[in-house]
Amino acid sequence: MDKTVEALVIGSGPAGMAAALALKENGINEILIVEREDAPGGILLQCIHNGFGLHRFNEELTGPEYAERYINLVKDKKIEILSGTCALDIVDDGDSKKAILLSEEKGLLEVSAKVVILAMGCRERNRGNIAIPGTRPAGIMTAGLAQKMVNKSGYIPGREIVILGSGDIGLIMARRLTLEGARVKAVVEIQSYPGGLNRNIVQCLNDFHIPLYLSHTITKISGDRRISSVEIAPLGESREPQNEKSFTLACDTLLLSVGLIPENELSLKAGVILDKVTGGPVVDSNLMTSVPGIFACGNVLQVHDLVDWVSEESAYCGKAAASYVRNGLLKGREIPVKPGNMVRYTLPAKVIAGTEAVISLRPMAPAQNMSIIAKAGEKILYKKKEKKIFPSIMLRFPVKDMPEDAGCIEVFFSAEDKK
Amino acid sequence: MKQELICINCPMGCNMEVEYDEKNIISVKGNTCKNGVKYAEKEVFNPERIVTTTVSISGASVPLLPVKTLGGIPKELCKKVVEAASAIQVCAPVRVGDIIIKNILDTGINLVASRSLDKA
Repeated sequence: MDKTVEALVIGSGPAGMAAALALKENGINEILIVEREDAPGGILLQCIHNGFGLHRFNEELTGPEYAERYINLVKDKKIEILSGTCALDIVDDGDSKKAILLSEEKGLLEVSAKVVILAMGCRERNRGNIAIPGTRPAGIMTAGLAQKMVNKSGYIPGREIVILGSGDIGLIMARRLTLEGARVKAVVEIQSYPGGLNRNIVQCLNDFHIPLYLSHTITKISGDRRISSVEIAPLGESREPQNEKSFTLACDTLLLSVGLIPENELSLKAGVILDKVTGGPVVDSNLMTSVPGIFACGNVLQVHDLVDWVSEESAYCGKAAASYVRNGLLKGREIPVKPGNMVRYTLPAKVIAGTEAVISLRPMAPAQNMSIIAKAGEKILYKKKEKKIFPSIMLRFPVKDMPEDAGCIEVFFSAEDKK
Repeated sequence: MKQELICINCPMGCNMEVEYDEKNIISVKGNTCKNGVKYAEKEVFNPERIVTTTVSISGASVPLLPVKTLGGIPKELCKKVVEAASAIQVCAPVRVGDIIIKNILDTGINLVASRSLDKA
């Protein structure tokens, strides 16, 4: 064994750093963070736009500023970060976990840890995930890759751009590329509502008169070596493209902003069970996965819309993991949490009776004047009116005082009485 | 006069209805906090945006330094700010908050570094 620590954190983005800080604050001193890139900060470093930290720091920061605050805290607490290092495997090793790491500088390393916190973030869905017919020319890339090229390397990926999907990264890149002199011709969204936040529709599209085609999709990609055009068709009532109404837009670049998938290759190798809806590990209310001693937080667990909630969730996870190191497995009856009416998913999958938990969820579709309710048997654990709900906005709330005999906790939306 | 606005101050993105005359806001409806009223006043008479972009940096481990305007600048100047930032180069080290271009385009607003970069 090359190194023995109490806690190993995989990833030094906002999730990994917040989890490590919480471990430290809760009495864990031997912590190692491993980072694949050369420097800590994660995806925040390429998100140079503002809008981060309104909840966490009560001010509006850019991504690099938000990251820097956490990097400084981690440095102040003297938590070790091993950068340029990739985690290849996590295996059981008696009461501990053994991680196999690969570092450019140090070669293969074996690290033993009492707990492992997964904080690897997420990846973008790409063309292969959505199967657009047509040729396979150059110039098709994810919005996040374009963001990396523009903001970290200084390359503009193209001059005439079409964006498929109206997720926040796509919207942000529509503005960024426009300001850098490219022409963004359209944002095409298959759903009848935008995937990203309202504010980004205003300041990234409307400000620059970029058309947003809702309920439309790309039905064909053309181009020999480089993409030359896309065909865009509206969707009919049965959600099938209406080809007779399609139109062609010439472009040299197509950006895809069609969703994010938690990056769980390492988790799967470690035997962690994943949830079919979130793509992240199935966890209990301590954010511990199906493998005792392995925890998960941030975008590797569920894709968040705000980094502030990533930090909050990860601090919670770090605290729970510290308790696991000190006191071992929390025993107690497990009460399942189930998504009900209008709820796409809930997380965690189960709460241990007698403990507190934070439940996160996403609505199935946009709606107005709803109440979000968490109920155990007949007892209402939580209820709050929501004027408007969107799938793009995650809701989070605490629950406690579960009845001892509760069979399950159901989380659902209920239409508000107009009176 | 009436105008519908979506507040861009925070991720809530409140839909607001603003009533105004030549010079003043008469009423703002639909906002959930007081920042909404401030935003509506600005947006109707003198819309402003914070601009974020990058400038070239030499001597650091990376080629680009992210920067931002420390406050809103008139909306129509956004592109000019990005052009001005593209035209210059700075040297490492830089600390977050350092002024990169003072009083950019005579707006009274400074363009500042949004990341610290040490000498490589």
